[in-house]
Amino acid sequence: MPKPHRKADGVSHFPPDIALPVAGHSYLGGASLSRLDEFLQLQEQIRTRYQAKTDDALYVGMGTCGLAAGSGEVFRFLRSYLKERAPHVQLVPVGCIGLDEEEVLVDVQLGGKERYSYGRMDIDRTRKVIDRHVLEGKPVEEWLVGIIPEPAKPYPDLPFYRYQQRYVFCRSGFINPERIEDYIAWGGYAALVRALRDMTPEEVIEAISQAGLRGRGGAGFPTGRKWELARKSPGEPKYVVCNADEGDPGAFMDRSLLEGDPHGVLEGLIIGAYAIGAAHGFFYVRAEYPLAIRRLKIAINQARRFGLLGDDILGTGFAFDVTIKEGAGAFVCGEETALMASIMGKRGMPHPRPPYPAAKGLWEQPTNINNVETWANVPLIIDRGVHQFCAYGNENNRGTKLFAITGKTATTGLAEVPLGMSLHTIIFKLAGGVRRGRFKAVQIGGPSGGCLPEDKLSTPVDYDALTKVGAMMGSGGMVVLNEETCMVDLARFFTSFNRNESCGKCTPCREGTLRMLEILEQLTTQGGSLEDLAKLEGLGQTMRLTSLCGLGQTAPNPVLSTLTYFQDEYLAHLEGRCPAGVCFGGVKERKEEALWASP
Amino acid sequence: MGITLTIDGQQTQVPEGTTIFNAARELGITVPHLCYHPMLSVIGACRLCIVEVEGLGALPASCSTPVREGMVVATESPRVIEARRQILDLLLANHPEDCLTCEKTGDCRLQAYAYKYGVKRSSYQGDVKHYDADENNPFFIRDHNKCILCGRCVYMCAEKVGANVYTFAYRGFETKIAAGLDTGLENSPCIFCGNCISVCPTGALQPKLIRGQGRVFDVDKVQTVCPYCGVGCAISLQINQGKIIGAVGANGPANNNLLCVKGRFGWDFIQHRDRLKEPLVRKGGELVPVSWDEALSYAAARLLAIKDKYGPGALGGLSSAKCTNEENYLFQKFIRLVLGTNNVDHCARLCHASTITGLSYAFGSGAATNSIAELEEAELILVVGSNTLEAHPVIGFWLHQAQRRGATLIVIDPRRTDLAEKADLFLQLAPGTDVALYLGMMHVIVGEGLHDREFIEERCEGFPELAAILPDYPPAKVAAMTGVPPEDIIKAARLYASSKRATILYAMGITQHTSGTANVASLANLAMLTGNVGRPSTGIYPLRGQNNVQGACDMGALPDYLPGYQRVAKEEVRALFEEKWGRPLPHDRGLTVLEMMEAARAGKIRAMYIMGENPVLSDPDMAGTEAALEKLDFLIVQDIFPTETTRYAHVVLPGASFAEKDGTFTNTERRIQRIRKAIEPVGESLPDWQIISKLSARMGYPMEYPSAAAVMDEIASVTPIYGGVSYDRLGDRGLQWPCPHRDHPGTKFLHHERFAGGKGRLAVVRPQVPAEVPDDEYPFILSTGRHLYHYHTGTMSRRSYGLETFRPEAYVEVNPGTAADLGIEEGELVAVATRRGEIVLKALITDRVGPRVLFIPFHYREAPANLLTNPARDPKAQIPELKVCAARLTKIRQVEEPLQEVVYTT
Repeated sequence: MPKPHRKADGVSHFPPDIALPVAGHSYLGGASLSRLDEFLQLQEQIRTRYQAKTDDALYVGMGTCGLAAGSGEVFRFLRSYLKERAPHVQLVPVGCIGLDEEEVLVDVQLGGKERYSYGRMDIDRTRKVIDRHVLEGKPVEEWLVGIIPEPAKPYPDLPFYRYQQRYVFCRSGFINPERIEDYIAWGGYAALVRALRDMTPEEVIEAISQAGLRGRGGAGFPTGRKWELARKSPGEPKYVVCNADEGDPGAFMDRSLLEGDPHGVLEGLIIGAYAIGAAHGFFYVRAEYPLAIRRLKIAINQARRFGLLGDDILGTGFAFDVTIKEGAGAFVCGEETALMASIMGKRGMPHPRPPYPAAKGLWEQPTNINNVETWANVPLIIDRGVHQFCAYGNENNRGTKLFAITGKTATTGLAEVPLGMSLHTIIFKLAGGVRRGRFKAVQIGGPSGGCLPEDKLSTPVDYDALTKVGAMMGSGGMVVLNEETCMVDLARFFTSFNRNESCGKCTPCREGTLRMLEILEQLTTQGGSLEDLAKLEGLGQTMRLTSLCGLGQTAPNPVLSTLTYFQDEYLAHLEGRCPAGVCFGGVKERKEEALWASP
Repeated sequence: MGITLTIDGQQTQVPEGTTIFNAARELGITVPHLCYHPMLSVIGACRLCIVEVEGLGALPASCSTPVREGMVVATESPRVIEARRQILDLLLANHPEDCLTCEKTGDCRLQAYAYKYGVKRSSYQGDVKHYDADENNPFFIRDHNKCILCGRCVYMCAEKVGANVYTFAYRGFETKIAAGLDTGLENSPCIFCGNCISVCPTGALQPKLIRGQGRVFDVDKVQTVCPYCGVGCAISLQINQGKIIGAVGANGPANNNLLCVKGRFGWDFIQHRDRLKEPLVRKGGELVPVSWDEALSYAAARLLAIKDKYGPGALGGLSSAKCTNEENYLFQKFIRLVLGTNNVDHCARLCHASTITGLSYAFGSGAATNSIAELEEAELILVVGSNTLEAHPVIGFWLHQAQRRGATLIVIDPRRTDLAEKADLFLQLAPGTDVALYLGMMHVIVGEGLHDREFIEERCEGFPELAAILPDYPPAKVAAMTGVPPEDIIKAARLYASSKRATILYAMGITQHTSGTANVASLANLAMLTGNVGRPSTGIYPLRGQNNVQGACDMGALPDYLPGYQRVAKEEVRALFEEKWGRPLPHDRGLTVLEMMEAARAGKIRAMYIMGENPVLSDPDMAGTEAALEKLDFLIVQDIFPTETTRYAHVVLPGASFAEKDGTFTNTERRIQRIRKAIEPVGESLPDWQIISKLSARMGYPMEYPSAAAVMDEIASVTPIYGGVSYDRLGDRGLQWPCPHRDHPGTKFLHHERFAGGKGRLAVVRPQVPAEVPDDEYPFILSTGRHLYHYHTGTMSRRSYGLETFRPEAYVEVNPGTAADLGIEEGELVAVATRRGEIVLKALITDRVGPRVLFIPFHYREAPANLLTNPARDPKAQIPELKVCAARLTKIRQVEEPLQEVVYTT
């Protein structure tokens, strides 16, 4: 029996006694860089040094996913054990590589060659891996999960990776997220240098527009256009914001990015600020992500020391700095107007738009908000070119998208796929299909997304197609369900989440989510009548059409989509029957307990 | 260039940026709404104002959606109606169905829309919230069960009032509007202005006193003017069957529908059981009820007898800043023509006498230069010696709104008032050091060349003389004199001088000093030096303390002025009035309030007629006032309640309250506004103007006016600044004087292009020491003033259920350090003594006052602050130094007992 993958948001702490080396090797002697060419020289030095590396190295997955599975303990053990047995081996803590269910992952790389990944490690197993593989040169097949011949193509033998296109997620799992030198060695901050040196702000915006990058927070608004509006909007100072309030249960893309590659996001924000003309930026990170916040703080401090933030960035005269604002656990604060209210110290509640943030955002000034993944795309587009970005995806949906795949698939974890890949490919090829029983539905887009049945699996994963079938891209949560899941109960579960997270401002959402939940509670415990279904439908439509913000407008999606695609299950419930055997005191777990835990 | 769109089949053109809601409203279509309110910014919570826009799937909220070219909007399409029904259904699911007994029935928007869309009851039978009502305050109830969470109260409090009491708290269905940290209104920063009530669409917010007294369909409304401070807020009294049951804000120019706690909840004194209902005459030592005939005959006979025996100089009268213009006019006319003396004055002497002397010297007029509404556009507002948020709360709201829009607020005050807390810059000066501080600011302004040379050159005189003394007052030296850090002096000077629209507000903190005139003249100097006068949103506002203190002065209830500030001393002026009035006028200089009291003690004044004043409590040195009144041969007091002063009266005449008569009040911005009779006079009481007329007739000078309007017509004929005023012109928004003729629109701001007195006069004033300074025996400085919940001597406010219940006790503010030194604890009884007396009251420990300063509100007869105050006066204005005297503070080592309420025997 494979060990269940568990999400660990809000429970995992970075073990306090593990002090990761913070930019252990300083090229600067503490002095801030003031000139661009000095930075270029430094970049060259670092790259040369890293390319020449032929050390033996051990990588330990130290994202929240790894730490929750016990990688802190393994890391501590390794530190002392290596000192004793193999002091020449470098120990590198890395972020999530996506293979969450195999954590704790310990990778062995000898002589700068391919990386052997060992899964589900504990201290005993790790000791054996060191003894046999590192010291004797014999890989331990028993716990081997896969091999990474080169970073660009991890685990070619694993279907989970074969279908992926690692673009945004290209560094996480490979670099030490707490060392800016690692990031620079992997091409980091080259895009910023290019933007500052070779491009006007307008040209940066033009590149982003040409690439056709759309907001990865879920709504898919063209990023270039958004920037242009903010740039043209009168008012000083302007602000940029990184929305890292990833609130969907089952979504952990942004967290993994911030934990595994914080500089990639920061660089995007700096470039965006340059393009828009912003003087200050905010990272709005949910407080449930302490490790992401910690790594982001380290990244920001390093960037300041390297002259990449501050009054005169790399001597170009461009001034920009950032502040981290921790969210206080409200789902609605991912909505941009609520998020801004929260940054300003007010209660995080949405406000009608217009005015849009581009016109009147933080402190009534032009403000541009993008989510973590959007920002992370920016340096890659600038550095590697529009062309490479556009090589992925389809018309109007360019690039890749990160998904957190959970539920009843054979493999769960974090995957980056080109936009436009079909749901079927993702679920049945990439994730290996359903683990037990028959596929029933996929819930995409988080608690406000929709549930799609088997006959919709040919739908390409892109903004427009998903909306058309009643789901939505959302931020990238994907929950796969099998026959053991009752769709009415699932709708009840998501509605319960929405009811709890409604900010309470507008009538349809505040009152509607409760009434919806009450009807669903009744359907799953006592049955009901056709009138109840009509009421659900009518109420859902009103919420969708009249709510103030996206949360309220999409809150009925789980109900409306299951009513559309799984009507027969609802009809069965009217008569007191639950086909999945979950409701009416059925033996199987209801959703609160079961959803995120694989069987 | 407008936007053309179609709403419900009608094509219309509106400016870009207009919302659909407002575009519809212009076509006469009011889209149903619960949270939108024209006074507030868009909330977007209720979603009832959704409309259908062709081509759009969703139903956008019309309140927050701007129009677009070619838009086709339907406000009542089947989809819209269905969605509205759904929303109402949701709201009603968690709303009590108690319309039969709800106070708001008939005026409830939820009820109205349920009716309109035929939503009989909710179709949901789920969870319903049951909250305890928040009713632990005497003013109003917050019934969360009736709250639909529209957010209007939150926005009202944050945007218009500035108290920021409310917030949405909790989430989802648990969301409720919380006061403070959801610990109830009485434990929040609530100032109980009740403006939230006025925007609540349902019965969630209700005044307490109106419960069971009548609902919208039972009630008549009469618009009049608030009888408390000088802001002049328009209020509507709610009347059911001849009884006043409530008050709400009306859309007056001074208040835009807003009111403070006194205006909204302080009206109930009108029908208090203590009201004087019949004339009283002292017989055998007791005041006994008599007929009007007997009282007036007796009064007339006594006055005539004393006049015969001692001459007119032995008579005097105190007019009333609470009474109407018409009444003040007739009162001074009566004193001058019938009693034959200029011994007429009123309490303006105690508050703004130095304003009249100071501003008249500088500008040629003693009134506020600009209008309240101009504060809206001010760039910088300098508030000096004014606890605006408590003494003139509605102007405090204007200040908050100005600050929200970006105006800079500088506060100068010895006390760290709530306004000081909100200020961008606060200068906490030592009491009585004002002149030095302004000299220091002028030193900086002239020294840095920030003065307006052109303005000074063209419009002012006296600059060289003033400039010559400024080098003596560098910031460092002024800092040592005032206790204000030099950098703050410099900052304030620069901010004020560099603002194009800078305005000054001041009150008693400036005027009630022996240097009052000099203080006022210094502020005028600042304004003239920087050219900040004679233009919109500039100038100087002396904030008037009483509803009609401006009018009482305008009407000549002053010993040296006839109506319209025409000098008695001038023969040609007298000649004009003698011709109109048909009797010779006395030409000796009359006595001021405190001079009359001195004369009475000396036996020179033998009889007095006091209308609507309570000098025993309001004047400095209470013992001296009592001795004066005691000594009089004859005293008439005309009032609406028995007071500390009626105890000394031989005749007490019951006047009608402001709600029982017609007339006009003139507010602090020179605005003459109508007050209207809402109910019949209580008992046998009569409007004061009728009493004066009757008494005058009995003394041989008939005053026959068919109405108050007729009195105003006569005022207009003899008072040039009121020349164009008549009741038919005043309407609901009044007129601002000067209004010299019937076609004149009134004057928004004074001194445009030319000062009223010709050239502006910069005064050379130097700092002077207050009459009494702390010493070893009396080591503290005592200051007196008002607080929010009471008014003046409490005659009215202490007979208001809410106000008196909320703040029943006197207190002295003591600095925490001082309290610690003396071992005084919060709420403990302490004695405060000065050379004139001692009172016992509770200590309120607060850093609003500095370590050497004490503050006592003067509203409480149980602990009368004016037993302590110093009657020393400004020589020019005769205003007493109520803001500074030397005092001693002692801890009382006794078991605490509640202060005894004074019981009236009349």
